Amino acid sequence: MKNESSDNKILSSPAIKHGMRRRDFFKILGGGIIVFFMPLPEINLSSATAEQRRGLPKDYNAFLKIGEDGTVTCYTGKIEMGQGIVTSLPQMMADELNVPLEKVKIIMGDTDLCPWDMGTWGSLSTRVFGPSMRAAAAEAKGVLLELGAEKLNVPVSQLEVRDGIVVDTKNSSNKVSYSELAKGQRIEKHLESKPTLEEYSKFTFVGKSYNRADARLKVTGEAKYAGDMKLPGMVFARILRPPSHGAKLTSADTSAAEKVPGTTIIRDGDLIAALNENRDKADEALTKIKAEYSFDELRVNDKTVKEWMLAADSDVRIERTEGDMEVGRKMSDKIFESVFSDPYLAHTPIEPHTALAGFESDKLTVWASTQSPFGLKDELVSELGMPAEKVRVITPFVGGGFGGKSANQQGVEAGKLAKLSGKPVMVAWTRDEEFFYDSFHPAGVIKVNSGIDKEGLIKFWDYNIYFSGTRGSETIYNVPNVKATSHSQKRGGPKVHPFATGAWRAPNANTNTFAREVQIDIMASAAGIDPLDFRLRNLKDEKMIACLKSVADKFGYVPGKSPSGRGIGIACGSDAGTWVAEIAEVKVDLKTGEVKVIRIACSQDMGLCVNPEGATIQMEGCLTMGLGYTFTEELSFEGGNIKDRGFDTYQIPRFSWLPKMETVILDRKDQAPQGGGEPAIVAVGAVVANAIFDATGARLYRMPMTRERVLEAITKVQHTKK
Amino acid sequence: MEETVSFHLNGNPVELKTDTGQTLLWVIRNHFGLTGTKYGCGMGYCGSCTVLVDNEAVRSCSLPVRDVAGKKIVTIEGLSVKGKLHPLQKAFIEHDALQCGYCTPGMIMNAAGFLAKNPSPTVDQIKQGMEDNLCRCGAHVRIVEAVHSAASEMKGGM
Repeated sequence: MKNESSDNKILSSPAIKHGMRRRDFFKILGGGIIVFFMPLPEINLSSATAEQRRGLPKDYNAFLKIGEDGTVTCYTGKIEMGQGIVTSLPQMMADELNVPLEKVKIIMGDTDLCPWDMGTWGSLSTRVFGPSMRAAAAEAKGVLLELGAEKLNVPVSQLEVRDGIVVDTKNSSNKVSYSELAKGQRIEKHLESKPTLEEYSKFTFVGKSYNRADARLKVTGEAKYAGDMKLPGMVFARILRPPSHGAKLTSADTSAAEKVPGTTIIRDGDLIAALNENRDKADEALTKIKAEYSFDELRVNDKTVKEWMLAADSDVRIERTEGDMEVGRKMSDKIFESVFSDPYLAHTPIEPHTALAGFESDKLTVWASTQSPFGLKDELVSELGMPAEKVRVITPFVGGGFGGKSANQQGVEAGKLAKLSGKPVMVAWTRDEEFFYDSFHPAGVIKVNSGIDKEGLIKFWDYNIYFSGTRGSETIYNVPNVKATSHSQKRGGPKVHPFATGAWRAPNANTNTFAREVQIDIMASAAGIDPLDFRLRNLKDEKMIACLKSVADKFGYVPGKSPSGRGIGIACGSDAGTWVAEIAEVKVDLKTGEVKVIRIACSQDMGLCVNPEGATIQMEGCLTMGLGYTFTEELSFEGGNIKDRGFDTYQIPRFSWLPKMETVILDRKDQAPQGGGEPAIVAVGAVVANAIFDATGARLYRMPMTRERVLEAITKVQHTKK
Repeated sequence: MEETVSFHLNGNPVELKTDTGQTLLWVIRNHFGLTGTKYGCGMGYCGSCTVLVDNEAVRSCSLPVRDVAGKKIVTIEGLSVKGKLHPLQKAFIEHDALQCGYCTPGMIMNAAGFLAKNPSPTVDQIKQGMEDNLCRCGAHVRIVEAVHSAASEMKGGM
């Protein structure tokens, strides 16, 4: 077979410039067959943010290799942070190439070995990356079959692959293994074709449940995270931090810190760090640095943020408009105006941001807990003024990300300090630093005006978003007159968010689904219509309808007008190409305002489900994590001062909160796979709020629904009744 | 102050000369290179650093090493014997009781300490016993199942 060289194309590709160079491939990886590929942008990315769409690669950003030992390896810049692609991606490859699952490996997040990738977020790995990877596997299989045909001296049409062996269907003793075929080869191919969905009945591994591929490493403590790396002569760095965002360092006295045995103080502008081989000693030295600051802070705190946002000057954008609001108002029998609000939330992965940086002659390697290894590499190149080929980022296991590890400050800090000190430096943020420098889920306010006619049909929907983002703000219901407006940070205007904000598991969609689904419930109740029936009357979207019907079935839902006193709520939504519907039952203590979710059922349409067990775990994870933003999570702050700095005051879900969870994944084998790590979290706030209303008649418009707020809402209802 | 402190670590007698105010967490991780025990918050709130001290689950981030002199420490690395996984480790794999895996060693060690005290717990007792170990991925429901099934297996003699 001819080796079709495409040198020019490859060398000019930005992917190769920033990642491994073409001439290095075979040298580093050994011989075999390599297929380059990229996720195709025409695949539905409607729920990706503009930022993510902009970042999509224009060239090959992954490749798959059939090694000389028959091993199939996929090299990708994606990373594993708990979401389970370390299991699901190999399942897809094994199926396409007809090899045993144990013959498939995946190498992730190493900027020297893997081509450029934008990052791991937006539930894109399975739905966008997966199909392209499968197409690359099909291409590789094509090459192997051609080689096999030559070797076995029969036409390709007469061949079949069983467990990595190419077999002559007319004479099964005439066979050759992938490893024999790949041996001595130097073949590279570039996937040009669009991935097509393979007939699902042919799948062996896809669609079946597998336990996590990394489980053994993780239960024995062998799995290595960034903080577990070690280099000879390594020191720990503790960095001087300002007391609040917006504070400026005016003076620092490090003399006492320098006296802590073994301590080196590094100072470079405002960056001051205590370095010590002993972590406790670095901690001790840091406490001995005396620093003073000047303050220039925004006059806003967690209690005033709602009014602050409504009063702020903003850029106003009409997101969508259909029909006419005035016509809709005239068609309506009842009109509803509500204001919802959501606070800042912290990501709090249990592993804080961590990075180890070390030089080997003039080459810097950084091991980092990051969702974006290539993003960190770019930052290092620019901040340290180093050539791209002299910087390597390696991503070991990541101890949770949830969007928060798209920001890489700790990696840059480690790189800088390694350069300044000439030693390998470990920067492992404390929990305090993790809270302080988090890129928080943005606080926001949503104003919804809507109306229904006498039949309970929604006639208009006027939706206004203030500073919390638009993902998940689609109306989803069949409404003739719709307008959605978003208010965001004014370009060049005064800062609205007092600190960094970013993506938080299903970014924006939790806020938007809460507002929409509570507003729907308000209307259903006012119309005297069962909330499930109300939704079905107003929906045309067949996927949403199917999810609602199946979750009602799973839950054993009995229709009733809300508030029924039963404490049962419904909510639905869509995120990352996946549809979800949830029903929850709560018990509310009328005296204390304490709410306990007794059970929650969730039905999901995610297209083809690659690993049902993995997807179910993600659904359970979403439902559990969602209880945090629903009940307790709200960042306390005063201007730029983050007041919550630990798990003592910032409460995340615990074992005692666990409801009974029931999940359904709709059978959609004939459809493209969609996202699974985020969707089920979007409806949790709304389903609980609606269940609280059903139990008590008290309506909550603000998250989290703390005991105090629930009690206040209940008291208000009781007063109105009197 | 630098002093010599000795204790048992995963069945072996060990000795080190150190500032004995250093926390057990950093001694285990940095001096002995056993990195399965994790830093999560450094304040004893999350439980990622849980180890067994004389068979009791303890947070190593808040414990000065001088306090473990003469005691028996078991970390996640010492739980499996000669490559044979502990029933809790097996149950965590079988029940898929982990995602990112960072809290997992602490969860398993806390469960080991808890089961030593209460070998036949109810589901509610397991939830109570695990209450102060934090997981952000939301693997809780599986962890409860795993601890429950490991408890039944261990009763049959491990």
